[in-house]
Formats: sequence, C-alpha cells, structure tokens
Amino acid sequence: MKYLLLLHDNEDAWLTMEESRKNEIFGSYMAYTEALKKANAYHGGAPLEHSKNGKRVRASGVQDGPFVDGKEQLGGFYMIEADNLDEALDWAARCPCASIGHVEVRPVWHIGD
Amino acid sequence: MKDARAIAEETARASYGRLLAWLSSRSGDVASAEDALADAFRAALETWPKNGPPDSPEAWLLTAARRKLIDAARRKQTQTIHTPGLALAAEEAEAALRIEKPFPDERLKLLFICAHPAIDANIRTPLMLQTVLGLDAERIASAFLVSPAAMSGRLVRAKRKIKAAGIPFEVPETAIITDRLSAILEAIYAAFTCGWDNPDGSDPGGADLTGEAIYLAQLLTKLMPDESESWGLLSLMLHAEARRAARRINGAYVPLGEQDAAFWNRDMIMAAESALAKAWRIGRSGPYQIEAAIQSAHAAARLNDRDTSDDIILLYERLIELAPTIGAHVGYAAALSAAGSAQRGMAVLDQIPSARVETYQAYWAVRAHILTELDKPEDAAQAYRRAIGLTQDEAARAFLRSKERALEEI
Repeated sequence: MKYLLLLHDNEDAWLTMEESRKNEIFGSYMAYTEALKKANAYHGGAPLEHSKNGKRVRASGVQDGPFVDGKEQLGGFYMIEADNLDEALDWAARCPCASIGHVEVRPVWHIGD
Repeated sequence: MKDARAIAEETARASYGRLLAWLSSRSGDVASAEDALADAFRAALETWPKNGPPDSPEAWLLTAARRKLIDAARRKQTQTIHTPGLALAAEEAEAALRIEKPFPDERLKLLFICAHPAIDANIRTPLMLQTVLGLDAERIASAFLVSPAAMSGRLVRAKRKIKAAGIPFEVPETAIITDRLSAILEAIYAAFTCGWDNPDGSDPGGADLTGEAIYLAQLLTKLMPDESESWGLLSLMLHAEARRAARRINGAYVPLGEQDAAFWNRDMIMAAESALAKAWRIGRSGPYQIEAAIQSAHAAARLNDRDTSDDIILLYERLIELAPTIGAHVGYAAALSAAGSAQRGMAVLDQIPSARVETYQAYWAVRAHILTELDKPEDAAQAYRRAIGLTQDEAARAFLRSKERALEEI
C-alpha cells in the first residue's frame, strides 16, 4: 500500500539556522531516504521551497504565500510503500522531521484499474 | 486526614488490577468488569467526599462494581449465564474482606488471559497494561506509536474476543504452562522495550513504560516464584533500568562502553543480581536468564574492573542455542568485536539473511562499528547512514552522525 508522508515544520526556523545544524539535518534526511530506498519502500519525495513562494488557487482567484496555518507548515513529502499503517507509522517516526516538527501520514486512495 | 479523592486514587493504583481480575474471572467478561469498576470509582469520587471514605475502600468498590455488573447483566437478559456465579462470588469476597484476610489476588489469571494464544500477539501487552495496571488507552497508544482511537479499538476487539470465545480465567495446567508463561514474559518485555531502538537498552524513546514493565515482572515473580525465567526477565530489566541516568549526558547519547558507572543505580543493580541468583538456584536456564547474565557481566566488567568479554561471548553462544533471534546474533557479533575478534563478528553478521535486517537499526549500527574496526571506512560510513536513516531517537541519530563524520575525516 502507498502512503504519503507530509512533513511539517517551522519553515522560518530554516532561514536563521546555523549552517552546521542545517548540514546535520540534511545528512539525516539523506540517510533516511537511503534507508527507504534500500528497504524498497521509496516511491518518491522532495523538500519544498518556503511557502512565501507558493500560491493557492481557487476558481475565485489566486492567493500568494506564505500561508500562516499554524506554527508548522508543509515543507516536504515522501511517498512510501508499506504493508500496513503500523509499518507506515514506523517509517514516519524515523523521519528526521518527526523530531523537529510533525509528519502527517495519509494512506493513498487506491483507485482501481 | 487524607481526602476522599486521594484515597480513591490510591486504591485505584493499588487495587485496580486485583479488583478487575477478581470481577472478570467471575463474569468471564473483561470489558463489562472494566465498565463496572469505572462506574464504581466514579461513584466513590461522588460519595466519599460527602459521607467520608469507607473503612474498607476495596470492599466498597467491589460491592458497587458487583451491583453495576449485575444490573448490566439483567439489562442484557444474560443473568442465567453469569449472574448466579457473580452473586455467589461477591458473597464469598465480601466474607473474605470482612474477616480481614488479604483480598484474593487473581491477577495471574488476568495475565494468562491477556497472553492467551487466541489473543493477537501485538495486543497482549496493551491489554495487560490496561487491565492489570489500569493504564489509559491514550498513554498505551503513544508508547506503541498507534493513534489512541486505533488502540482503543484494538483493545475493545480483544476483550470482545475473550468474552465471545469464552477464554477461561485460569492458570493453565503444568504441561503447557511454560509456553503460556513465555507469552506473558514476552508481552511484559515488549512493554519495557517499546520505544527503544536498541537491544542494549540504550535508547529510550518518547513514551516509556519501563516502570510498569518492572512492576509486572515483580508481580509475576511474586505470583509464580518457582519460574526461573520470570526472575531472569526481572533481572534483565533491572540491569537495563539501572543505567538510565548514564545513558544521556546533557541530552547526548552515551553508549554502554562510555557510560559513567557513577551514574548507575547501585540499588537496582543489587536487586538485579539477587533476581538473577534466584533464577540460577531454580536451575532451568532460559533466554531471559542468559540475557540478564550478559548484562550482569557488563556491569561486573565496570564495577569490578574485570575483563568479562569472554564470558559474554560464551553467554551469547548459549543464548543463540536457546533462542536464535536476529537480536541475539547482532549482540553476539558486537561481543566478538569488543573482545578483539571483529573478523568473526563480521562473519556472524554476514550469515543473517539480508531481507531480515532491512529495517533493523541495531544491525546497521553494529555493522558500521565492526567495519570501522576492520578499517573499511567507506563501507562503515554507508552502514552508519543506513543506521541513521532507521533511527527514531534524535540523540541516537546525532551520535551515529558524529561517528559517520569522524570516518570522513580519516
């Protein structure tokens, strides 16, 4: 089954973060991605630019970012393969984001062929 | 004078499991006994502050809960099945309480119910924590990385199964008791290790139930004092728990070999040693006893300044004979490497089928360490990255990152 991991953290914290700390976190993300790949659990994933570079589109118009929905904003995602929700939650807990922000786990709606 | 709420809370802690064991073993239905007991505690909190706490809070709660149970059974028209037994049993218990005998402790039956083969292995521990210790589903859920709603649902289904399948509230016969007991021990140990990545017990996660697990093991050694593995498990957990304060210095992870033994809890180590001695005296050796002996040898190495690395290797060999788990093999490999045989340690790791270690963090951490010893920095760095990617705990992750970085600087 496919699960989408939505990574939320405080995106402004990245702007003022020391370089060494940033490298530390990038390194952890690279290791996490590699572990997913080696376990054949990786479908895809990427970090996102700051939400000030984002737009929200509705039929009625377009809204500029940043989107202040709370302290933590969507900052990246992974699409993973897991046998069940428990396994998906285990992967989410290993994600570095779980220690600095939070990871939302969403089962992907399977649309039959 | 203590207020009624304090007395109710104290009674809940001390007696919850005993009252629930007693009620559910009469009704055969854990869920309705829980509801009745919850109602009784609620009633206590309403009545006791007004009328003053009763002389025997346990008897009061038991009578109130029994009344609720009988009412509920009548409403469901099932009195022909359970009520006569309940009413009789209640009289028996009230009589026992009147003559001030200690209230019968039937929690052992509850433990056997929770670890019954008909109950899914992954719900046994939560069931024990809830029924024997009265922990709420939310706390259990956070320890097991499950949402509270999902955990409640699983617990409800398990209790429904106990009732529907008529799983008997009894201590099993001698012939099968060893198997059934090992399921209890496994469930208790799962409470101890949940949220820990590392089999060395050096990696506590967020929610932690180690105190609850030790309480359950102590209870088991009290209820079944002649079972060596109960003592073995208790000893193992006490040894690991004794090192808690040394595992983190200013939030940073400290591996066993670098821990400051001054931070170890000596009283707990003494208790662990005495539990292990009891296990040896009983004589049958089992995996928990061997694992406790390994931890004991680690402690002796530091506290008595003695090289116990060969003892540890022999103990791991025995452990693998008794229980050839991946964890035992990984521990064996680490022990060989610590004794200067990194090459042999590597051979042990290489024998484990790779499909079984894809997500096993400790394997990669040990492999990385051994590869470093073998002077293969590139392979070691790769293994460290694998371990880092599988680590949940931030402090452990930072520790492994520092090891990986050190390799880059060579």
